[in-house]
Parts: sequence; C-alpha cells; structure tokens
Amino acid sequence: MTSLDTATTTTRERAGYFETFMSRRASLLPTLAAVVILILLFIGAEIFVRGDFITPRNISALLLDNAYLLILAVGMTFVIVTGGIDLSVGSVMAFTGIWLAQLLEAGTPLAIAIPAILLAGALVGLLIGTLVQFFDVQPFIASLAGLFLARGLAFVVSLSSIKVEATEVLWLQSTRIRIGDWYITPTGILALLVVFVGAWVMQFTRFGRTTYAIGGNQQAALMGLKVARTTVAVYVISGVCGGLAGLVLTAYSGAGYPRNGVGTELDAIAAVVIGGTVLAGGRGYVLGSMVGVFVYGTIKTIISFMGAEQSWTQIIIGALLLVFIVVQRAIVARSDRRSRS
Amino acid sequence: MKHRLFWPVATLVALILINTIARSQFASITVRDGRLYGALIDILRQSAPLMLVSLGMTIVIATRGIDLSVGAVMAVSGAVGLTIIDGSADPGDPGVVMLAVVVALLVSLLLGAWNGFLVSLLGIQPIIATLVLMLAGRGVALLITEGFITTVNSTPFEFISTGYLLLPFAFFIWVAAVAVVAWMERRTALGVLTEAVGINPEASRLAGVRSRGIIWSAYAASGVLAGIAGIIYASNIKAADANAAGQFIELYAILAVVLGGTSLMGGKFSLAGTVVGVLIIQTLESTILFLGVPSAESPVFFAVVVVVVVVIQSPRLHRFARAVAHSARSRVTAKSTSDAEAAG
Repeated sequence: MTSLDTATTTTRERAGYFETFMSRRASLLPTLAAVVILILLFIGAEIFVRGDFITPRNISALLLDNAYLLILAVGMTFVIVTGGIDLSVGSVMAFTGIWLAQLLEAGTPLAIAIPAILLAGALVGLLIGTLVQFFDVQPFIASLAGLFLARGLAFVVSLSSIKVEATEVLWLQSTRIRIGDWYITPTGILALLVVFVGAWVMQFTRFGRTTYAIGGNQQAALMGLKVARTTVAVYVISGVCGGLAGLVLTAYSGAGYPRNGVGTELDAIAAVVIGGTVLAGGRGYVLGSMVGVFVYGTIKTIISFMGAEQSWTQIIIGALLLVFIVVQRAIVARSDRRSRS
Repeated sequence: MKHRLFWPVATLVALILINTIARSQFASITVRDGRLYGALIDILRQSAPLMLVSLGMTIVIATRGIDLSVGAVMAVSGAVGLTIIDGSADPGDPGVVMLAVVVALLVSLLLGAWNGFLVSLLGIQPIIATLVLMLAGRGVALLITEGFITTVNSTPFEFISTGYLLLPFAFFIWVAAVAVVAWMERRTALGVLTEAVGINPEASRLAGVRSRGIIWSAYAASGVLAGIAGIIYASNIKAADANAAGQFIELYAILAVVLGGTSLMGGKFSLAGTVVGVLIIQTLESTILFLGVPSAESPVFFAVVVVVVVVIQSPRLHRFARAVAHSARSRVTAKSTSDAEAAG
C-alpha cells in the first residue's frame, strides 16, 4: 500500500517537473523539436535511403557546404529576435563576394580587401537599421531597399563571374584539418566561431538581453534600455555576417558571381524559423538556428542522394516551415493566455 | 499639394518630361498598319504583369497583409498553362489555349485561397504565411515543367501579350482588371469593408464585418491576378521559365503600392495611386535602359527610390520639417515686428 503511494507520488512529481520545465522553457520547445527532426532525418536517411549516410565524411561535408548559410542565419537570428527581418543578406553576400574577387584580382592585399568587404556589409546594415529606427520604416521595406542596393552594386562591380586566384582565400576552403575520417576547413571553423560568439552575446551580455527585450516589447525603452542603439546594431551585425558569408562563399566556389545568393535570404529565414526562433520576436536561440541550418542542409543532401529533383528541397522546406509556424503560433497563443490569466 | 495623388502624379509627369527632353522620340507615337507604336505604348504594354500583381497587392495590403507569393504563383500559372498547351495535339487551337488559361487561373485561385486560409483562419502573420508558398511554389512550378523551360509555338497564346487591337492587347487586359477591381471595391461596400478590416480588424469584427471572408477573398483575388500576370509573362517569352518568372516582382509590386500612397499599415488604399506607381516604375525602368545602364544594375536606382520615398513619407521627417518651417516663420514675424518698431 505504502509502496504504491510512493510510486504514484513520484510519477506525479516527475510529471510536475516536466510541466514546470515546459511552462518555464516553452520557448525551447520548437528548438528541441528541430533537434528531434534532425535526428529523425539522419536515422531515416540511414535506414531508407542508403546505409552509409551517417558517416564522418558526410557530416563534415554538411558543415562545409552550409558554412555561408550558417553565418547568415546567425545574423538573421539577432534581427528576428528584435521582431525585425533582413531581406538583404543574400544580396549583401553576393555583393561582398564579387567585390572581394575584384579587389583581389586588382592586386589589393587581403589585409585591406577583407576589412573593406566587411565594412561594406556593415554599411548596408547601418542604412537599414537607420531607416528602421530613425525613420520608422518597416524592417521589411527598409531591408528591401538594402536588397536592391546590394544586388545592383554586385552587378556594378561585374556582370560576369570573377575567378579568385589568391591562395590565401582558396586556403580557407582547401585546407582540411583531419581527425580520423572527420575533417573541418577554416571556413567551417569560422562559421562555428560566429555561431558560438553569437550565442554567447545573445545569452550572456547586456546587449543580448536588450535584443530579447526589444522583441518582447517595443516599449522596452521605458526600462532604460538602449533600444535605438541596439536596433541599429542588430542590422549592422547581420550586414557584417553577410560580408563574412560573402568571403566564405567566394572561398567555397573559388569565384565571385553577381547572381549568387538569389533567394538565400529566404533559406536563412526558413532555417532560423525551423530552429525555433519566433518571427514575432522575443524568443529564439542562435544554437537553434544552427540546428535549423543543419536540417535544411540534411534535407538537401538526402534529396541529392535519392537522385530526386532539387526542387523538392524547396517544397519540403516550405512544408516544414509551415508546420513550425503553426506550432509556434499555438505555443505563443498558449503562453499569452497563461501570462494573461 | 493636399491631394494624396499629387506626389505620385507629379513624379510620373516629371519622369516623362525628363525623358521627352533627353530624347525627343520618347513621346512620339507613330501609326503603322493600324497599330500605335512608341516608347510610351511600350511602357503601357510592358507594365501589364506588374500592374496585375500590384492590383492584388494593393487589396491585400489594405487588409493589413502582404503577399510575397505572387512571383511563385506567376511561375506556377505559366507552368500549368504551357504544359497543357505543349501536351495538346494542336497548340494553335484557340480552344486549347482557352482551356489552358482557365486551368492556370483556377490553380492560381487555389494558391491564393491557400494563403488566405493560413492568414484568416489560422491567424499566421501574412509575411510568413505567404513566405511558405513563395518558397515551395517555385519548386512546384519546376516539378510541373520537369526542371526544363517549356517552350511553345502557339499563335493565339502569343496574342495575349504581343497582340494588337490598335493598342497592345496586354494593355486592355490590365485596364479591364483595374476597371473590374475598382468597380468591386468602390461601387460596392467591399472597399469600405476592406479598409475597415485594415484599420482595425477587431473593431470591424465587433461591428459585424465578416473580416475573415474579406481577408480570404483579398488573397484569393491576389492569386488570380498573379495568375493572369504569369500567363502574360509566359506568353511574352513564349516559354514557362519556373526560375525567372516573376522574380522580384513581389518587391516591385510592394514598391508600386507604396509609391502610390497606400500605407503598408493597411486601411485606406488607392487603386489609382497603384496604377500611377506601376507606371512610375516602368517609366523609370525604361529611363535606366535608355541611359545605357545594364538592366542588371537597375536595382541600385530602385534602392535610391525606395529610400527617398520612405524617408519622405516618414512621420519623423514631417515633424522635423514642420518644426523648421515654424521656427523660420516665427523668426520672420519677430523680425518684421522689430522692423516695424524701429520704423515707428
């Protein structure tokens, strides 16, 4: 009799822990779901598509192939957490990438070329941030101007692709640091570094907390937070990430091309949302966005393994995006009710 | 100055004047074989796809929404239409073309209704709800054309975009679309109800407006209009190009709506403003081409236009301008009073 009682209390307590965890950390739920999906994708591909999917080589390639998207997604996470959106990242990546290729072709030293393209990315971000913060322009429209500007500038730099000969840039991509069958390239290390710095800034600094506060409540200025500065800064961060992605993509493809990254901003947004960041702002994690990028990359790999049309990637990502949005909507609605009652 | 169409119309007139001064043949219209030719006529013909898409976008924006999927819907519509014509025994048969267009438009209606379902029933943010179709739609279009660019040789189909009845046939299509939409929005209560939903969805619901149905139909209309635009685009290049069809058109359409003075915050909208906005964009495009700038570089000009327009519309700048005007005026009054005192 007594033992039975204890048993029921323990289960009840355990359920209680779970409930408390879930109600306190409801915003973690979508990110956890993304992790589960990623694991299921891997297992599914291993079982149904081909037996050698989960190999060190394959997983290493996942990071290598998606390094540029990972960097863009980190910047995008900052913007979306403030409740904004940045449509310019794909074009900024194309512009900075081709400009880098042109600078190097003209014989500019790398030590000047790389800071120059990062600065260019930052300036596009600054333009967007200024329009959003000081002229009350909707982020969508302001970053649309950034998209047009950067895409046009990419074509002003060159109408056709420029090959990169600089060994230092190609080194970023060709060097493989091997541990057994695993390998990582300098571009992969750069991408992971951006992720970890981004996650650290987001979680452990005053700036990160201000970012969350702005997304949670537009009136955060009332609490003495530096809203204006932070809002502009998130777009600058996203712009710099666009510049870094331009560097990585140029190293990856060995050339700059003005048509690169058309629609990449949508891939970045999709990855961020799948990774559990709520588009309304205020909730989300940089590490979640990394998971989102890996989900995106894995789907792409599986589809090319199956030999199916790559257009299925777009369709599946669209469908996945839809599922996540509906789930997010339910979670936000629930926590709103909870906080109201 | 007070009328809200003043600035858009002034911009358009200024653009046309600059063009006419820079190249005399710009405004000239010649008649050949009972058809009118000229740069202005070209602008009227080429603006058809953007005009149709922008019309739908105006209504959607009026309900406080946005439709990013229009380009993808154009791609799907073109792909469906051309696949039917390509698969038929006689591509030149007007009946086949008619059937293809009707099926393509039904598919577009379905896609628009899907967007409306996500926004009005599931309550998803419009940007995100339509982003889903924007991503997936092009994939669907690519699947329909099996990854190729389907080309056809069909005289009745080509007539849609290149045909002439004194004026280009495509021009008549968009004029008819503008007339139908304007009649529905302005001669019935629909326009007022749409604005009510856009200004305050909750209040209009409490006042008995069926906001769900209105939002839903706005997205459905946008889908159909994008579908017609997709047909015209496909007819113009005689092919269904799932990647290039309607690329960036959502952005240009939003720009046209904003240029026309409709606020992205929803509510009051101006169809005439959108028509002028589209013509501004198309004239600007023609100007850029005339200047010898490669069309790939034209986005830089549009970026400048977007920045200038949004900064001019920004309330903060208006406050600032008012403050400057006020202080200048008071300084003048102060000066004239002191002058009067000195004289007296």
